[in-house]
Amino acid sequence: MLYAILCYHDEDLVGSWSKEQDAAVMSKLAVVQEKLAKQGRLGPVARLLPTTAAATLRKEDPPLVIDGPYAETKEQLLGFYLVDCKDLDDALDVARDLGAANPGGAYEIRPVGMFAPGSNTT
Amino acid sequence: MTDTAWIDAALTSARPQAVGALLRYFRNLDTAEEAFQNASLRALRSWPQNGPPRDPAAWLIMVGRNVAIDDIRRTRKQEPLPDDHQAISDLGDAEDAIAERLDGSHYRDDILRLLFICCHPELPATQQIALALRIVSGLTVKQIARAFLVSEAAMEQRITRAKARVAEASVPFETPGAVERSERLVAVAAMIYLIFNEGYSASGDTAEIRSTLSEEAIRLARLLLRLFQSEPEIMGLTALLLLQHARAAARFDSEGAVILLDDQDRSRWNQKMIAEGLALIDKAMRHRDSGPYQVQAAIAALHARAEKPEDTDWRQIDLLYGALEIMQPSPVVTLNRAVAVCKVRGPQAALEMIEPLAPRLSNYFHFFGVRGAFLMQLGRNDEARVAFDRAIALANTSAEAAHIRMHLDRLMRDSQPRDTKAGK
Repeated sequence: MLYAILCYHDEDLVGSWSKEQDAAVMSKLAVVQEKLAKQGRLGPVARLLPTTAAATLRKEDPPLVIDGPYAETKEQLLGFYLVDCKDLDDALDVARDLGAANPGGAYEIRPVGMFAPGSNTT
Repeated sequence: MTDTAWIDAALTSARPQAVGALLRYFRNLDTAEEAFQNASLRALRSWPQNGPPRDPAAWLIMVGRNVAIDDIRRTRKQEPLPDDHQAISDLGDAEDAIAERLDGSHYRDDILRLLFICCHPELPATQQIALALRIVSGLTVKQIARAFLVSEAAMEQRITRAKARVAEASVPFETPGAVERSERLVAVAAMIYLIFNEGYSASGDTAEIRSTLSEEAIRLARLLLRLFQSEPEIMGLTALLLLQHARAAARFDSEGAVILLDDQDRSRWNQKMIAEGLALIDKAMRHRDSGPYQVQAAIAALHARAEKPEDTDWRQIDLLYGALEIMQPSPVVTLNRAVAVCKVRGPQAALEMIEPLAPRLSNYFHFFGVRGAFLMQLGRNDEARVAFDRAIALANTSAEAAHIRMHLDRLMRDSQPRDTKAGK
């Protein structure tokens, strides 16, 4: 089953990492991703720009555009992974591996109901 | 989290909020700073053992407050303590209580106040910047001194003097009204822009050291935008800084010499920063409430969007500078506009545009650099040489002087064929 691992973290904190710290986290994460990719289990991965760059469309009538992210929270949605996992335990193992590479914050693990890979946009 | 570097990052990110809240509580900058320092020291001892708290800022505020109150209690037993000090008994409960209160309205105004204190109108710009970097960003005096290329002692003195001035002035502690808040925002935005420029105007040999300043300015701008998410000018400011800083790696060659926009290796521009900058300016424009930062960001965006120099939309840049001239009339803006005019309508029109600026820019390096370049394009080499000589005399950095010398060398090389052509 496909799981979405949604990455929440305090973006002020992540923004305070030095370039070296940021690069160190990214390269540790790359090792975990590499492993998953070799097993053919890794779907799309995204790192989102800061929430200051976000806009929210509230689907009222007429739809209302708001600056900033949908929810004002202590920790922000900063990125996500899609990973093929046997079950929740397996998905939690993957999240633990990712968490060891990138401490702090939280992962929300959500089973995926429908997935359309879309066209390649890179 | 065991590595102290990670704790440092957490302390840095919690600092504006924590010092801001401690300042509101103690109404004294030194006490607030000291309380934060003490709390940080305890964090360095406690966090590696007990793990980081869920909300580092709330932890630091509470511990800092307790330590400072203990100190006050010890030193002046007779004087009444600030209100509700007795509420702090159990660590967990108190942390939750404070965290809850921070989620409310204080958070924003605490940070804005902290930034605003640094922009006291009586402080010269250099002191404002130094103070903000010390108090808000938490850079060490040594780091700031290094970035400003002055001795640590001189910087220490500068900061001490600035703090004394601020202490004398009455700091506005009451929650600001809407008008006051927006005035503070304008002052703070200007200061962040100054910090950025300190880093951006560095010469090649110091660019790397001074880029700390630009990066810090971007961090502060993002922080401000988090607090005021629908302020188009703060979006514009953040976008402007990101779009300018995106070119950092391409602005100097390995010897530290300036590389002009047209000659930069655009593959070295930071695409992630450009993407963020473009997203922000895009969002800002939707508000249809233009301002100088947005216009400058829009100009930077046109450069960022051009894959090759010849793709640059100079006509649009000319128009945007025209808008900026109206919002913010300044000879420097007109001078910049003339560069766009030169591309669109040619060097003669551009030269005519800047001639009236001469009296006001008679000590401005860039004026003579640009004037020399226009004259050179018109084949008026002798006059160009005079302008370039003057530019070299006014250069602020060795890289600027070296760059103009390159033009002069080209003039020397070209003078033969050009004169022949002129003689026909």
